Amino acid sequence: MIDIIDLKKSFGKNEVLRGINLTVNKGDIVAVIGPSGSGKSTFLRCINCMEDPTGGKIIFNGVDIADPKVNINIHRRKICMVFQHFNLFNNKTVIQNIMLSPVICAKQDRRKALRHNLFHKDKIAVRSVADIKKEARANAERLLARIGLSDKANVYPSTLSGGQKQRVAIVRSLAMNPQVMLFDEPTSALDPEMVGEVLDLMKELAAEGMTMVVVTHEMGFAREVANRVLFIDEGVIMEQGEPAEFFGNPQCDRLKDFLAKVL
Amino acid sequence: MNFDRKIENFIAFFIHHDGYKEVLLGLSNTVKIAVIGLLIGIVIGTVIATVRVIPKYKLLPRILNGFCSLYVGLFRGTPMVVQLLVFYYVALPLMHLKLDSVTVSIIVFGLNSGAYISEIMRGGIQSVDYGQMEGGRSVGLSFSTTMMKIVIPQAVKNILPTMGNEFIALIKETSVVSFVGAADLYKAFNYIGTNSYEFMVPYLVMALIYIVMVCLISLLIKIMERSLNKSDRHH
Ligand SMILES: Nc1ncnc2c1ncn2[C@@H]1O[C@H](COP(=O)(O)OP(=O)(O)OP(=O)(O)O)[C@@H](O)[C@H]1O
Ligand SMILES: [Mg+2]
Repeated sequence: MIDIIDLKKSFGKNEVLRGINLTVNKGDIVAVIGPSGSGKSTFLRCINCMEDPTGGKIIFNGVDIADPKVNINIHRRKICMVFQHFNLFNNKTVIQNIMLSPVICAKQDRRKALRHNLFHKDKIAVRSVADIKKEARANAERLLARIGLSDKANVYPSTLSGGQKQRVAIVRSLAMNPQVMLFDEPTSALDPEMVGEVLDLMKELAAEGMTMVVVTHEMGFAREVANRVLFIDEGVIMEQGEPAEFFGNPQCDRLKDFLAKVL
Repeated sequence: MNFDRKIENFIAFFIHHDGYKEVLLGLSNTVKIAVIGLLIGIVIGTVIATVRVIPKYKLLPRILNGFCSLYVGLFRGTPMVVQLLVFYYVALPLMHLKLDSVTVSIIVFGLNSGAYISEIMRGGIQSVDYGQMEGGRSVGLSFSTTMMKIVIPQAVKNILPTMGNEFIALIKETSVVSFVGAADLYKAFNYIGTNSYEFMVPYLVMALIYIVMVCLISLLIKIMERSLNKSDRHH
């Protein structure tokens, strides 16, 4: 689904990623671990071009989205990202947070369809704006019910706990029906008692077959849920493998050191 | 002449010699120039502020940014009176245009406040956590959509008090538009003073009107702030 070919990223003279190759297939759960400052976040943020790669290709559904000529916004609808600090929209209520992008994107598609119909014989079906909104609201309500926060629909994010914020952020992404979800240390900013609720939701998604790339310090999650674990250090993938083999029988010394420290 | 006589004199002139008409005209022009000027300024300021926070890897944003810097520098670097005079007596004749002095004042006030508001707005945009932009971009919204729907509304909330001050400054600065012949409050009370041979009361009343306007605006801003603070945590 995603082919990452020789991905490179520098900030000025600082060469953070030095050629990363990775193929993510549908349904994969890839856990990314590594020491602080090794470029895990940068790698993840390059996958949806939140950071523009300075070299290499990111082939998503056959298109190289690292190419600056590609309209990245269209592709980001299908590669959503969940952040350490949630990044919920502070000026929108919980349900508006979830509905905002689906409604805007559907309206954009609607305008595109209308333009198309103006000039072509083959007509595309056009939904009314009211229908778009109704559908987005119903979907958002369903997602909120799923995470047990229906009663929070009309409050602002500032009134939620960290765990609630992160679960809302996850369903905000889910509302886009993404093909891939990227997680950057989704539980690192949470109080310990809230880590479980977020990891449980992520496990549910994994069980439903969502394709995920997860940067995490939760070795338990990586071992239990991931089907592949990557160890990134010095801007390259030093080692990768299935969790049992990866944790049970690490090959390179850097990984052995790292695991000794965190486990 | 004692003070009571002066007040009587003023009231007589105000009512019977069409003084009130001049004052109403002046008041409406003052408000018109400040309000429309502010609205134009908000539009210009928002556009410039947005241009100035666009990432500048590409050539076009750089050129636009340079142009905006020049614009802001010019309008912040010269007094409003000078801008009015130059626009009215230099720019318009050069363009072979004829506009009435109120319209010219509105345009110049809009251009001028656009420069100031762009700086206020830029500070406001930069005060919004960058995570808000990333949150929007991460679910497929474009830079400009995220700016309009997420970042700018929060920026506006942060800068509302400063914007109020800008509006108050505009209201007060309208007192220079008589330099190009626009009939504002100053011109109205000056007219009353000249014709009644008595300036003390007219100018006092003029000062009062300005103070009342400024107080009203301050009140309005307080109300707006309160209604915008809904999204903050309720303790
Ligand atoms: N926007 C940026 N501008 C300049 N340098 C950056 C930027 N973002 C990251 N870096 C640099 O890139 C390197 C890798 O950072 P990155 O955030 O990817 O590490 P990380 O593995 O995610 O670390 P952590 O575990 O602490 O989150 C660091 O040296 C950092 O200073
Ligand atoms: Mg990181």
